[in-house]
Amino acid sequence: MTVVTAGSTTPAPAPAGRPRATGRGRLVLARLLAARGAVVGAVLILLLFALAFGGPYLTPWDYATPDFTALHQPPSAAHWFGTNGVGQDVFAQTVRGLQKSLIIGLLVALFSTVLASLVGACAGYFGGWADRALMFLVDLMLVFPSFLIITVVSPRLRSSGWIAFVLLLALFNWMITARVVRSMTISLREREFVRAARFMGVRPLRIISRHILPNVASFLIVDATIAVGGAVMSETALSYFGFGVRPPDVSLGTLLAAGTSEAPVFPWMFYFAAALLVLFVLAVNLIGDGLRDALDPTAGGAPRRFRRFRRSGSATRSSRSTPSSSSHSSRSSRPQRRRP
Amino acid sequence: MTTTAVETPLLAVRDLRVDFAGPHGPVPAVRGVDLTLRRGETLGIVGESGSGKSVTALSVLGLLPATARVSGSVRLDGRELVGLPGRDLAAIRGRRIAMVFQDPLSAFTPVYRIGDQIAEAVRVHQRVDKPTARRRAAELLDLVGIPAPDRALDSFPHEFSGGMRQRAMIAMAVANQPDILLADEPTTALDVTIQAQVLDVLRTAQRETGAALVLVSHDLGVIAGTADRVAVMYAGRVVETAGVDALFEAPRHPYTLGLIGALPRLDGRGGALVPIPGTPAPMAELPPGCPFAARCPLAEERCSTAEPALGGDGGHQAACVRSAELAERRPAPSEVYPVPELPDAPAAGPADHSSRAPVLAVSGLGKTFPLLKGTVFKRRVGEVYAVDGVDLDLREGETLGLVGESGSGKSTTLFELLRLGAPETGRIELLGHDTARLTRAEAQRLRAQLQIVFQDPMASLDPRLPIGDIIAEPLRAQRAPREEIARRVPELLRQVGLDPDHAARYPHQFSGGQRQRVSIARALAVRPKLLVLDEPVSALDVSIQAGVLNLLQSLKAELGLSYLFVSHDLSVIRHLADRVSVMYLGRTVEQGEVSAVFDRPRHPYTRALLSAVPLPDPAAERARDRILLAGDPPSPTERRTGCPFRTRCPLYARLTEAADRARCEQERPALDGDRADADHRAACHHPEDSSD
Amino acid sequence: MLRYLAKRLSYYAALLIAAVFLAYAISAGALQPRTYFDAKLPRPSAESVERQLTALNLNDHTPVVERFGHWAGGLLHGDLGRTIHDTPVTDDFGRRVWVSLRLLLLGSLLGTVLGVVAGAWSAVRQYRLSDRLLTVASFVLLSTPVFLVALFLKNGAIAAKDAAGHEVIPFTGYETPGLTGGIGAHLADWALHLLLPTISLALGGLATYSRYQRGIMLDVLGSDYLRTAEAKGLTRRRALLKHGLRTAVIPMSTMFAYSFLGIFTGAIFTETIFGWHGMGEWLIQSINEQDVNSVVAINLFTAVVVLASGFLADTLHAALDPRVRS
Repeated sequence: MTVVTAGSTTPAPAPAGRPRATGRGRLVLARLLAARGAVVGAVLILLLFALAFGGPYLTPWDYATPDFTALHQPPSAAHWFGTNGVGQDVFAQTVRGLQKSLIIGLLVALFSTVLASLVGACAGYFGGWADRALMFLVDLMLVFPSFLIITVVSPRLRSSGWIAFVLLLALFNWMITARVVRSMTISLREREFVRAARFMGVRPLRIISRHILPNVASFLIVDATIAVGGAVMSETALSYFGFGVRPPDVSLGTLLAAGTSEAPVFPWMFYFAAALLVLFVLAVNLIGDGLRDALDPTAGGAPRRFRRFRRSGSATRSSRSTPSSSSHSSRSSRPQRRRP
Repeated sequence: MTTTAVETPLLAVRDLRVDFAGPHGPVPAVRGVDLTLRRGETLGIVGESGSGKSVTALSVLGLLPATARVSGSVRLDGRELVGLPGRDLAAIRGRRIAMVFQDPLSAFTPVYRIGDQIAEAVRVHQRVDKPTARRRAAELLDLVGIPAPDRALDSFPHEFSGGMRQRAMIAMAVANQPDILLADEPTTALDVTIQAQVLDVLRTAQRETGAALVLVSHDLGVIAGTADRVAVMYAGRVVETAGVDALFEAPRHPYTLGLIGALPRLDGRGGALVPIPGTPAPMAELPPGCPFAARCPLAEERCSTAEPALGGDGGHQAACVRSAELAERRPAPSEVYPVPELPDAPAAGPADHSSRAPVLAVSGLGKTFPLLKGTVFKRRVGEVYAVDGVDLDLREGETLGLVGESGSGKSTTLFELLRLGAPETGRIELLGHDTARLTRAEAQRLRAQLQIVFQDPMASLDPRLPIGDIIAEPLRAQRAPREEIARRVPELLRQVGLDPDHAARYPHQFSGGQRQRVSIARALAVRPKLLVLDEPVSALDVSIQAGVLNLLQSLKAELGLSYLFVSHDLSVIRHLADRVSVMYLGRTVEQGEVSAVFDRPRHPYTRALLSAVPLPDPAAERARDRILLAGDPPSPTERRTGCPFRTRCPLYARLTEAADRARCEQERPALDGDRADADHRAACHHPEDSSD
Repeated sequence: MLRYLAKRLSYYAALLIAAVFLAYAISAGALQPRTYFDAKLPRPSAESVERQLTALNLNDHTPVVERFGHWAGGLLHGDLGRTIHDTPVTDDFGRRVWVSLRLLLLGSLLGTVLGVVAGAWSAVRQYRLSDRLLTVASFVLLSTPVFLVALFLKNGAIAAKDAAGHEVIPFTGYETPGLTGGIGAHLADWALHLLLPTISLALGGLATYSRYQRGIMLDVLGSDYLRTAEAKGLTRRRALLKHGLRTAVIPMSTMFAYSFLGIFTGAIFTETIFGWHGMGEWLIQSINEQDVNSVVAINLFTAVVVLASGFLADTLHAALDPRVRS
């Protein structure tokens, strides 16, 4: 006889059939590894980072020192990616430029995501005038073409170097994310666990840090990942026109600018940098997409349509008085980041 | 109509199996279901969530998503439907078999007018021109009782109320005089009075078209009142099938027996419910043998080796090795299932009530919301009178049930209480403190005395925190020392029947009932005096609900708590509460001791509400007089003079004296307190005091 | 509905005023027209520089607010001030705006329509080969900045020219200078010149929109109302077209509001790369010449177009979705 008595005093048995005590991190990792695109992206990123930071030690050439014996040379054993018009090694330059672009991309994504989450969470949680003022600011900044402002302002910041450029890019890159965070916060604020915390007397800033931000974290992680790609594209585009990174610094953008006019004749000066740029952004986007699926809190690892069906099937009675908590999967709640 | 054994059934489902693609291979949802439906009859399919009842209904029409694999046979008048090409199936859908879905808001395309969507259903199968289809749509809306059908044709789905949408859905389903109506939880999202209307419409539609009805529901009461025959599903199989009377009278499967015992009833009260232990078997990894064996008090050795087939005499079949024994012995649920001993609560009588210390006293509470229009520059265009005169009186050690349908202002009342601020109008006194006079520090201290348990245990627990931290949160908010938190958390987990070792787990690792226990533990953490329970069991399955209700009862007795128990489910209130307060349109319309209010309701709304609750007893259901309320509650944006219930009041409609009518039209009724029985009060000018 | 749109309009007007003032302040503060005159050869006298700056309303000794007031006063009469070469800004503006709009409208229209179609189709064929190919293609496109796409196309055209010995597809300018012939020849010439810039603009939009539309459409595919439509007896195909797609385009209208800026920024690059004398090229040129009034005029242009597309999006949204109308 297998009689289980679940009175009020005996511990109820743990649900069978569920993975026992699996950490969330491990679950996400398992799902991520199951997504082929994300794995490809991660491998690509690792290789590119290895190239960017290990590359300079592989070649005897320095990115700035010219080799006057080799001008406009195609790729060879001595100069793997060839040389440019003044005899600089294109491999050394590309690797150096990749390094700079990666750092800029990561920093911009970091800064803009932090800013976006703060503004969005505060606007969404406090509502009222704070919300309206912050959203007016967001709209205002969306009306400006960020490119225009950056191009106007960046010559004045020339002396402060590329860090100022990073801040400038971040400053014009947070608005759409902030909007999404805000709308997610608004729906979270009405969720019962946030209400419960409020009724228990937990203070607003603590609610934001303990309940709101962790619950938008998966969106933020995905968004920041994709923002890295967007920032790198912005950087290269601006640098291409001479408004971003400037000599003596090199980035992928300055390399592309230098190589463009000669691309039909000396393709190695252009296409290596172009290919690395596309590969990097592609890898970042693939990881972002994989993460989005892996972090989706509604995901059980099953294909999407199956999930939807099961959810609607089992939500029988809870629909009575719960306001439909809007989908927190970020899949369709925001567009892919536009690139310049 | 006479049926002979050789007649081909209208619909015959044989060995239906449905698998869904899962991460680790296919997961079964339906595992060999046999069903037979005869012309004109009503078949009820009942089961808890995940039992496969909805999937069964959907697979009849081939409406499952592409990831589902269906095998077996579904024959309509002898014609095989499984594997039929899409075009042929489309000709049957809506024409021979029509479907009514659960959630009528999402089931209508939001961008098309109701009339166009119904007319479309007509024109898919009948060669008629647009004006004819539109006229037909208006007739159908009229049939299901939608007022001013010509105007309703041009409404968009979001402009209809839930009940209206479900009526329109039924109108659309019967547009082509189908032979079979499949209704998948058609009343689940609706209030009881609206549910009663919709079930009535469904019966009317069935009568008008002569269609057979398959009614899928989790609600035994709905099934008992509507079905001719019933199939009970568990873990993707039919475990018992019988005529409705036989099934409820003498169930032959322990699961059916448990379900009936777990249900709190409107016509009985008190004591412990019969919980079915454990949780439903996981479909992804079913054990060998009977899937119910792990929860079954009658399980034997052989139950865990082979799964019993559906057997028994022709009319009444059960899939249990001991069904013959059950058929013969006819035990009560409590004779089979272990029932927990509940500690004796101090008896609460009406005389007792006034002598107890008051915990919560609310009088004349009012709360309005500005009705805003516009997206950016909002302007006030009116007021929503969400709460408009609520009186509550809760004494120490009591449970006060707060009953009302959606929109009655229950939730707003709760939030006003929990805010611990000055109410817009009226007065709230909590444990002797007038909340309008509290300082911030006092309010923060008082918060510890008042805790809440929400409806949806998934939504009320932060998915990103381990349950140990969740339970500790109110302690931290009250700045409890670290050692106390470390000591309290395991203690609380044990108290609500959970394993203290599970404190590091996350909410998603628990079942619904267990999550609700976590929620209760959190509320108890700061040793409150008053627990506000906002629909605490309405998101749970019946078998799980019973365990949580039992827990609440024993905690109350052990800890001397008072409960303010909010629910739309009158059976649960009847079972648990000592006193009850009924709300309609933001006002308290009747209050008193539970047995007094339920047995001798004085307000016509309470009477209607009680009569709308379906009883899980077919005989009693048939014998009952039903008071159907007309229409939906009026919008709370208008504050009419006179009695707000007048528009739907059957009593008012029967009044003949002009003076009596005028009183209802002009004078707002207040709770009467000048009768002999001053405890049982109703806000009606013509309360029904004469016993009938 | 009209009231709803009027509300949006007044909000946009407030945004526009704030945006234009800020743009003016930033441009006037960051650009240094004085250096332009100081760098002239022969170097003009200090008084002459001062006089010219004042005449052009560019003198940094005058407070920004005052300069803005002067500029805004002119704006009310349709005067955008004078360029640093002392010609009316409106002249340049009038000439260039049509060049740019031609490209912008065609590029965004093509990108949107093709993107929506591709995305919806991709969703319906989820996990099949065509979906996978489209997904890979859109990911690669999303990862390629517009200026690179434009450069690839241009390099391709150059290679084609070198291979064929004559220009196959034009890659500079928006018309062949000195072309003779009737209106038909001119139109054909225009269309040919539009080809590469439009493709480079549209591809970006196509990739973005198709991913977005695919996501929305997947949500719609699992929706209850699509199931209802099928339960009524509509074939899957008709249900998808009539009920699915119709609902799935609604969110796209809001998306449209955000998209214009990206397209405009993209156009700056394409114009420069393909040698179009449009607003984008003008911007780069004016910044390099420290020409405040021209930069502000371009800002005004983009702000107006962004808000106009936002308003169009609102109108479209209200027209498509009865739920926002009430």
